Amino acid sequence: MIQKTAVSHLSLGRLKNAALLGIAITGLGLTSSVQAQDVEVPGNIKWTIPFGVGGGTDVWARFFSPWLSKSLPGEPTIMIDNVPGGGSINGANLFAVRAKSDGSDWLGTSASTQYPAMLNDPRVRYDYSDWTPILATPTGGVVYAQPSLGETADKALDALLQQPVKLAAQNPTGLELPVLIALDMLGADVQAVFGMRSRGEGRLAFERGEADIDFQTTSAYLSNVEPLVDAGKAVPLFSLGALNDEGKIVRDPAFPELPTFNEVYQARHGEAPSGNAYEAFRKFFASGYSLQKLIMVPKDTPQALIDTYRQTARDFVGTEAFKEAAAAQLGPYTPVIGDAAQRHLDDAMSIDDATRDWLADWLESEHGAKI
Amino acid sequence: MLDIFLSSLGQLFTFSHLLFMVLGVLVGLVVGIIPGLGGIAGMSLLLPFLYGMEPTVALGMLMGLVAVIPTGDTFASVLLGIPGSSASQATVIDGFSLAKRGQAARALSSAFLSSMIGGLIGAIVLTGFILIARPLVLSFSSSELFMLTLLGLSMVAVLSGRDLFKGLAACGLGLLVGAIGMAPATGEFRMNFGLGYLYDGLPLVVVGLGIFALPEIVDLLVKRGAIAEEPCKLGEGWRQGIRDVREQRGLVARCAAIGSLIGTIPGLAGSVVDWLTYGHAVQSAKDKSQFGKGDIRGVIAPESANNACACGAMVPTLLFGVPGSGTAAVFLGGLLLLGLQPGVGMIETHLDLTYTIIWSLALANILGAALCLVLARPVASLTRVPFATLAPLITVLIMFAAFQATRSTGDLLALGAVGILGVLFKQANWSRPAFLIGFVLAPGAEGYFYQAVQFQGTDAFMRPGVLIIGALILAAMFIPMITAAWRKRREAVSVGAAATQKAEPPTLGVIDVVLFAALLGTAVVAWVDVADLTLIGGIMPRLAIVILALSCLAEIIRCVIRRPRWEHQAIGLQGLWLVGFFALIGAMLLLGFITAATLFCLVFLLAIARLKPWVAAVMALGVTVFLVGMAEFLTLTYPSGLIDPWLFG
Repeated sequence: MIQKTAVSHLSLGRLKNAALLGIAITGLGLTSSVQAQDVEVPGNIKWTIPFGVGGGTDVWARFFSPWLSKSLPGEPTIMIDNVPGGGSINGANLFAVRAKSDGSDWLGTSASTQYPAMLNDPRVRYDYSDWTPILATPTGGVVYAQPSLGETADKALDALLQQPVKLAAQNPTGLELPVLIALDMLGADVQAVFGMRSRGEGRLAFERGEADIDFQTTSAYLSNVEPLVDAGKAVPLFSLGALNDEGKIVRDPAFPELPTFNEVYQARHGEAPSGNAYEAFRKFFASGYSLQKLIMVPKDTPQALIDTYRQTARDFVGTEAFKEAAAAQLGPYTPVIGDAAQRHLDDAMSIDDATRDWLADWLESEHGAKI
Repeated sequence: MLDIFLSSLGQLFTFSHLLFMVLGVLVGLVVGIIPGLGGIAGMSLLLPFLYGMEPTVALGMLMGLVAVIPTGDTFASVLLGIPGSSASQATVIDGFSLAKRGQAARALSSAFLSSMIGGLIGAIVLTGFILIARPLVLSFSSSELFMLTLLGLSMVAVLSGRDLFKGLAACGLGLLVGAIGMAPATGEFRMNFGLGYLYDGLPLVVVGLGIFALPEIVDLLVKRGAIAEEPCKLGEGWRQGIRDVREQRGLVARCAAIGSLIGTIPGLAGSVVDWLTYGHAVQSAKDKSQFGKGDIRGVIAPESANNACACGAMVPTLLFGVPGSGTAAVFLGGLLLLGLQPGVGMIETHLDLTYTIIWSLALANILGAALCLVLARPVASLTRVPFATLAPLITVLIMFAAFQATRSTGDLLALGAVGILGVLFKQANWSRPAFLIGFVLAPGAEGYFYQAVQFQGTDAFMRPGVLIIGALILAAMFIPMITAAWRKRREAVSVGAAATQKAEPPTLGVIDVVLFAALLGTAVVAWVDVADLTLIGGIMPRLAIVILALSCLAEIIRCVIRRPRWEHQAIGLQGLWLVGFFALIGAMLLLGFITAATLFCLVFLLAIARLKPWVAAVMALGVTVFLVGMAEFLTLTYPSGLIDPWLFG
């Protein structure tokens, strides 16, 4: 009974607030310039996250959703819908079938959604060309080695090229794929031990001394590997770099002092990396790292609405408050928004047959995996 | 150091911290009591409020939730025979048997008290241990982890008692079913028979519900009557339970210690701990005859371990960012959302927060267990209600729980399929725990074996840790045998030669024959299916098939050599109820989950339980409200069918 009255009070209060807000908005509407949209932002937005609660992409979405919700016109309610399974393939498949294109359905994807699509996995029934990106967040990564290989990066790299080394990885087509390709291009004989359930388990294997080299993405590297480096228990070798606006790989802003893979290759081989292997590296690096996590909407969503979403994202991403909050969650990277994201995505997802054939051969001969 | 202790204690007892912790405890209890929800669902309820909260306060809330889930789910395991989560599977065996003997209140009160003590011991151990845990955690390499999964598997031998071969066959089948899905070493897909649902393997919740809960429901429906077959003594039982814990304090302490230490090992945690401690309780008991039929030690052991394990699981989560369990994984997400990066920093710079976390766990444990203790007596009276009244509600509940696993129709069908196996196993007295142990440990055993060999080569099995655990395994398998033989000989000497020839002949029934045929058939089909896998991708399923087939054959040979006693094994009525269950699934797919569930409850309560129409209507309506409410809270989409979209949007 008590609760009931409380609720009715609440709704009365809400009504009053709404009325006040309405008056305020009409007042504002008269003064402010016409950013008037023909299409209205839906009141409820369902954001499908094809991963479990508490996973990386889920946390990422939960970080973004209050920012988006607060900044979008009409302050829509953003509801996160976790649909885990098949390493994100299930959720993305469902989204491809069910999503409405009135702007009320969003999808959050990650490297493990992009990679199977690029590899033509038979389970994939979604197509990235059916979707349009709103925003993408990049990350980077660092390859590091046991000090027993060499005290400095150069010595460790020398040793790496002379003896087989072990690396703990999740599966042959997981997030480590570009790293494996990069190490192979350098000429290292990497014996990948698959079956880790996360990158964290891979790091544990390194800390236990089972793996000779390891690789972590930026946030995990900063919190868990940097202390090892300071204690002399790990030697950073190179970063994967970062993609600039022109699509070129440059130094990672999180690790400005570390050379990129490209630089290391150049130094060792006397020429810039090229060929099918580099093509595969570049594409998988772009889709798995520089566009690691994406907010997507169906392509037929009204363009005005897409523009509103993108503009909103641009607006709040520029604020100091966001930058401060994002430093802990996203690292020192700026989200890529709108056409730039679309351009990079189109480039990354289009793999020519020669590259894919090379990759299939390479995976089978080097890691015994069929795709 | 002392100032950090004091500042954490200060944090712990601030009003806002306590308030949110109580909130977490309450959410945790509700979520824990509803089977199938567990830690992950609870965390997802709280996560939306987390971003932007003060870290200490938010952590209090999360810890409140984490601490009480292994406590709350005991209600379902003991009263209804439903394993609420992976942490309470071993509790089901003796807890539910006690409930059937009218001792639900006793089982509950001792479970909660040992949970509380276990959680406290866990927190105390953790307070000192977390400072020195890093080297110890790192000393467990993949080969030691593999040996630990073997230790878990060796419990099959302990649990199956006289029917060793049947137990091994059940375990082999469990290993085989656990190998469905992606091979960890090569990424190949195995035994999915073209079904999309099987790509990820069968979910643990579905298997647990199918193998334990569904057969019990069917059995109780066939028998009629209430869950408690003997008269209940609630008040007396409640006090008895408290006394039991006092008498078994050594067991409580040992199991809590095992729980908190195993919990700290990343990657194993919850899945082995309850079986290890259950096995330990069986081994250390002088009189083993009551285990499986309602021995209070079978409840006390896993319950004192699982809360301690939840404490221990914080070590890898906080120090390495590698979660030890499903709940810990979500907790890790919560930490990240609060802007806290797990790692060495949790000890070096955030030690006060770390202690706030540990002690919140202890405090929430006390609070949660105390609440449960109060609730235990009234809730235990559920076991006196005629089962026909409860059956439709429980059935809908386990279907709801199973559907939580992956939220696809496949969950319901898999529940039915595993349920058939469970009914056959139960009727023919094959070890269901053995099957579940095999299933739970299959991925770990395979993954760690492969990693150990890859990383360390043959050296893997010469490490001191490996040898110690190996010795433990041998001790676990052979010491009981030796002591039993020793005792038998002494008895033989004292009683005379007449007693020596008492070994009973094996029993055989119609279900045994069906199972032999079905299991050997499964072995052949699976063998064909894995034929074109690579060597390392296929070694585990092949090994499982070999264990399965050889144990079946050994049992058949045993029956041929020593003339078995023919045993009547009823299956007719059970089969009928199973058909009904599948009809219900069909109706859910056709009409919609909510509509079919409501109608099913109404019809069942009217026609079979013969309740008054208005009572039946109110209960059926309650089911609708529950399902709709849960859909709202958890953003669930049930199988919609033809009618649901009309009625429920």
